[in-house]
Amino acid sequence: MKKTEYLELYQQMVVIRLVEERAAVLYQEGKIGGFLHLYIGQEAVSTGLISARQPQDRVITAYRDHGVAINCGISPREVIAELLGKATGISGGKGGTMHMADVTKNFWGGHAIVGAHLPLAAGLALGDQYQKKDGVTICMFGEGATNIGYFHEAVNLSKVWNLPVLWVCENNHYGMGTAVDRASAVSEIRQKAVGYGMKNDLVDGMDLMKVREKSLEMINEIRAGSGPQFLEIMTYRFRGHSMGDPERYRNQAEVHKWQENDPIGIYRSYLLSSKISTDVELEKLDHVAEEIVEDAVRFAESSPEPGAEELFRNIYVEEMSGD
Amino acid sequence: MAKITMRQAISQALWEEMERDPNVFILGEEVGVWGGTYAVTKGFYDHFGPERVKDTPIAEAAIIGAAIGAALTGTRPVAELMTINFAFSAMDHIVNEAAKLHYMFNGQMVLPLVIRTVGGGGRQLGATHSQTPDAIFAHFPGLKVVAPGTPADAKGLLKAAIRSNDPIMFIEHATLYQTRGEIPDGDYLVPIGTSKVQREGKHVTVVTYSKMLELSMKAADLLAKEGIEVEIVDLRSLRPLDMGPVIESIKKTNRGIIVEEGWKSFGVGSEIMSRIYEEAFDYIDAPIKRVAQKEVPLPYNSTLEQMALPQIEDIVSAIKEVM
Repeated sequence: MKKTEYLELYQQMVVIRLVEERAAVLYQEGKIGGFLHLYIGQEAVSTGLISARQPQDRVITAYRDHGVAINCGISPREVIAELLGKATGISGGKGGTMHMADVTKNFWGGHAIVGAHLPLAAGLALGDQYQKKDGVTICMFGEGATNIGYFHEAVNLSKVWNLPVLWVCENNHYGMGTAVDRASAVSEIRQKAVGYGMKNDLVDGMDLMKVREKSLEMINEIRAGSGPQFLEIMTYRFRGHSMGDPERYRNQAEVHKWQENDPIGIYRSYLLSSKISTDVELEKLDHVAEEIVEDAVRFAESSPEPGAEELFRNIYVEEMSGD
Repeated sequence: MAKITMRQAISQALWEEMERDPNVFILGEEVGVWGGTYAVTKGFYDHFGPERVKDTPIAEAAIIGAAIGAALTGTRPVAELMTINFAFSAMDHIVNEAAKLHYMFNGQMVLPLVIRTVGGGGRQLGATHSQTPDAIFAHFPGLKVVAPGTPADAKGLLKAAIRSNDPIMFIEHATLYQTRGEIPDGDYLVPIGTSKVQREGKHVTVVTYSKMLELSMKAADLLAKEGIEVEIVDLRSLRPLDMGPVIESIKKTNRGIIVEEGWKSFGVGSEIMSRIYEEAFDYIDAPIKRVAQKEVPLPYNSTLEQMALPQIEDIVSAIKEVM
């Protein structure tokens, strides 16, 4: 990578962190409706992973999607505007926190039913295979999604049809409040890939460079025709499952232990120790990130609500006279 | 005009569309090597090859989910669910994904998707394989639901469905495949969301669709001998629902019944009757009656099964009651 690319990834992580922190405040102020699932602590996962993709590679994820959206190139303005339900939001205010997508950037959402987007990912890859395109579909999901039938149907199908998919399990140790070993027959999720004869690996998700290197390797192999592969990324969310989480299922000592391994701190140390950047330079980037996020909040707050005419728009491509 | 069976009509529609557009492909259980469990895709595998006629695992969520994903990439999949009873295993993907994506992501995602499936009872397949749950699917905005009752409509509607950019459930009937009818020559389409008067009469209106059209036509033949002229309106599509011909007919005859194969409770008849009362109350001279399946899980025993299903005599007596 060029120096600017290293710094770009740093900036992306800081912007995600600040967007999420601002979102928490906006939520507490009552400006964001519904649920809110924050990505704080997991920034290195999507930043490293998505930095390894080519433009023709599709990304699809679950409901914890703000960070992924930003990594895919959606602006913080469009993300926060969507959280506020504004017309300028990336989904026009119709999707909300869990349903962000920008298909022009090959980001296919933002899907809120646990595990349901895995068969869709197989289909995106099938579409590329059918049209003889060389894209790889990157499908992200939590470890909790590997206990539902959709996971098994989709992973099996991808192997049977040799589809170009990278299955990425973000193992943050808890499916809502249920610890992985209370819900999954195997705690090491990648063992499930073994059952489908699928090449798999495990990587530390707090370390952006490790995530990036492993992702590059696997994506390249899939593009070369290896068929689907499975990557388990160990991570941790520093906040609750959603804003309404009493966090009775884990103690603060555990949370603090993980916070010592802050992914932004680890990457920052890497940039400094490898002399790619300096404290002064990174602090400047921190300030730029703050400005980007404050601008995004101002933009979102001053944006218009969707008009009433939007209510019935886009139910179908071909609108009909009947109803 | 050629006289062909419903099976041939559906098969021709698929064949012609696949010949016309290389982006159209079929996936489903036993659609390929087997030739389709109702022999609709017999010969397709040899002609179009395994890439365009894809046998899937028995995994309905994966079939529909993958079809959705592939449709998002610009291909035009025709996914077959062997029976509509198996659609419940894919309900999440039909309801929470297919019916939602275009709206929820503000028009960004387009799904040219057809789900071909087979409903209906009368073949002694027992309670789990004999249902007519069409109304359930028609409940969801975002989905279109089509259920033809004649070979001509089946061919024209299926071709229109394959060329449509919206997700469409195309519901065939298990006991209509041998039904013969005349079809127009050449390439023709029947617009989705249009009801049709299949038989003209001035004394009473029968609103029906799919298999019950056949029974209603026979009932009308019997009543014609007694001097009762029955007008039959075939809905053909349940969503979008074209009430125009229904209301027009009711205004002419001032009497009506609704015949459906599914259960009466919360069914198609409930919806049609409500709309007639809402839109043409002043024109009705007698309470509208419904003929529907008895409220039981359909039994295996043939006598019991036929007792539960609507019969020609039920239609005849319902018509006489409103005269």
